[in-house]
Amino acid sequence: MPLLELTGVHVFYDKIEALKGISLGVEPSTIATLVGANGAGKSTTLRAVSGLVHPRAGTIRYDGTALAGRGAHEIAAMGLVQVPEGRRIFGRLTVEENLAMGAFTRRDRRAVAEDRERLLTLFPRLRERLHQVAGTLSGGEQQMVATARALMARPRMLLMDEPSMGLSPMLVEQVFETIRAINKEGVTILLVEQNALMALSIADHGYVLESGRIVLSGPGRDLLDDDRVRHAYLG
Amino acid sequence: MKLLRGSIATGLMFGIGGAYLALVGVLMMMQKRPVVFGAFSLGHTALLLLGLGTGAMVARHRESRAVALGLGLLAGLAAALPIALLGLTIATLPLQAIFIAASPALVHMLSFGLAPPQGAAAMLGVGSLAALSGAALAISPPRLRRAVIAGGMAVVVGGVFQELIQLILQYGGPIGAVRDFLYTWQGLRPEGAAALFLAAAAASETLSWLRGTPHAAGADERRRRRFIAAGLALLVLVLMPVLAGAYIGQVLMLVGLYILMGMGLNLEVGLAGLLDLGFVAFFAVGAYTTALLTSQSALALLHLTYWEAMPVAVLTAVVGGMLFGLPVLGVRGDYLAVATLGLGEIVRIIVLSDFAAPLLGGPQGVLDIPKPRIGSLELASPVALFYLTLVCAGVAAFIAWRLENSRLGRAWEALRDDEDVAQALGINLVRSKLLAYGLGAAFAGLAGSIFAVMLGSVYPSSFQLLISINVLALIIVGGMGSLPGVVLGAIALIALPELLREFGDYRYLFYGAVLIVMMRLKPEGLWPSEVRSRELHAAEEPADAGMIPAAERP
Repeated sequence: MPLLELTGVHVFYDKIEALKGISLGVEPSTIATLVGANGAGKSTTLRAVSGLVHPRAGTIRYDGTALAGRGAHEIAAMGLVQVPEGRRIFGRLTVEENLAMGAFTRRDRRAVAEDRERLLTLFPRLRERLHQVAGTLSGGEQQMVATARALMARPRMLLMDEPSMGLSPMLVEQVFETIRAINKEGVTILLVEQNALMALSIADHGYVLESGRIVLSGPGRDLLDDDRVRHAYLG
Repeated sequence: MKLLRGSIATGLMFGIGGAYLALVGVLMMMQKRPVVFGAFSLGHTALLLLGLGTGAMVARHRESRAVALGLGLLAGLAAALPIALLGLTIATLPLQAIFIAASPALVHMLSFGLAPPQGAAAMLGVGSLAALSGAALAISPPRLRRAVIAGGMAVVVGGVFQELIQLILQYGGPIGAVRDFLYTWQGLRPEGAAALFLAAAAASETLSWLRGTPHAAGADERRRRRFIAAGLALLVLVLMPVLAGAYIGQVLMLVGLYILMGMGLNLEVGLAGLLDLGFVAFFAVGAYTTALLTSQSALALLHLTYWEAMPVAVLTAVVGGMLFGLPVLGVRGDYLAVATLGLGEIVRIIVLSDFAAPLLGGPQGVLDIPKPRIGSLELASPVALFYLTLVCAGVAAFIAWRLENSRLGRAWEALRDDEDVAQALGINLVRSKLLAYGLGAAFAGLAGSIFAVMLGSVYPSSFQLLISINVLALIIVGGMGSLPGVVLGAIALIALPELLREFGDYRYLFYGAVLIVMMRLKPEGLWPSEVRSRELHAAEEPADAGMIPAAERP
């Protein structure tokens, strides 16, 4: 049974229909990816899952429970945590304080400290920058902060919004390495990306989104070889 | 060439500022207060400071002394020009029909009592000399500069607040002798002023000598010094009313009430980032609740003692705050400011309305509120009430400080930075925001409760929008999100205008000027919180800030 399942989800911003009936499923401990052009509805899908926008129709089930009517903070507390797009870290707090914010819902202090150690081993750069104000970090480092902050909540599932945005090719490479490493530890991942090539190459399952509809889906490898995908997104 | 033009422009700017102050009447008002009795008024001091400031401004960071002094002289001339011209114009044209302040007395002041043409020449001379001194001061060694500035400040403060100081020095014996040497009953004596100048300069000199080189002090050392200074200031604040009597007690009590409100609004604006312009509503809720529960008048609901009514008032304010927060939960930023402004006015208008008059007394308010009692002791005097305020403020400060470092405090900071991300991390937006409004309101409710017993009656007209604006201004000037900043801001914006009471009407002019200057020179406030100053100076940090070892950072 999928860990996360969307069935016929419609989302409206006022009168504009951003999602026109999305259905998808993410199996436990896999990486799924949503690719598509700007404005296709990728971020809206993630916002709907994490409870920041509410679908007008359709259901979203996580671990067998329907998420309708739950607040964003409750969904986060269920272990379904979003890594927001871009530089949405707490810019005037230090790296250390950002990580502490990630563990906001947790009260098991010792385990939090252990997790922090583990994450600082995963991101050695952040250990060097621990007391630095996060807003002064480079783009790649900020992405690390956002990812590490989400992992501090010890999520079962991570929703990642455009983790490669605005990063140099070398850094993109690193980011996807990290995503794979996180997934190896058993965290289920739903990845939203414009960089379809990279995303599909690490995904177990891929969905192609076009103006609010899923137009193609299948194992990541297959989609990479699909002519239509190659033509539209890979050039 | 560019230098010359720049200096003249700076001078003209200062001069036009001075002429403006003269035309709106501030200068004449200052003229009424002597600094050194019979020799020097506050008005002339202001003009002198204008000149000194001009000179110091243009002479700063100049390599060559001759250039610095020359530019200073030029800028001083430029600064004196508009003021001298104003004097001449008023003397020849009947301007008073338009500008009430353009009186013969102003001409007399601007021309130093001479005939207009000679007076204008004198103004030019005095202006350029003042600016020359300012320039000389700016390029003199720092220790000398500090000593002169300390001396000058001592004379100005000693002169302007002479009544107050004399009140405090009301003793016989050696203290009386010192007082009689410094002051006549009307003001500072010239020889007293000279002595004060020398004493302050010497004290400053001794201090610099004791400290060694001032700039070598590390961040820790500066922090320690700042806390010592704050401790001393607090001690003065605590002892002052006993020494200086009822008037000072009254002023400080007002400061205390604003500190209470400032701490409350600080939770909302400083920590949670909820810009609230309707804050006065909670102050009113606290005051009216106390009034209705304790008053001897016909409107009273109960006749509780003050100590029973105060917690009820605070709780009512909390509930009021949360109800207030509900309709604006989803409103952010500028819109929130406007929405809360409206809500605050609604509360005032309801209180004022005929509809609520049977309950709240309408425009007549609620009268006959008894003073609080401890046993048989009635806290009736302003000084006694000041100590009540001080104790409340102390408790409130402790609570505010604990809140700042609590989980809730962190949740507020996260919400302030990014509501979506905060929620995605598991922070309950609705609960955190409502708690911010509710707890912020609690502080204002407490202040309102004390305010009610201080006046012995409450009227709707006491709860104007201006109170909200004052509170907001004081936390901006003090430093957003900083507790010591609230105290400094309240002293700067509430106590000073109150002590210079003849400027009452011009208070808001000074507010505006102070706010603009603060935002230009020190946007983080007088005593900023650590996080806030980081935020404002993050952009100024070198790009390779990461190279600085972690141990050296605060």
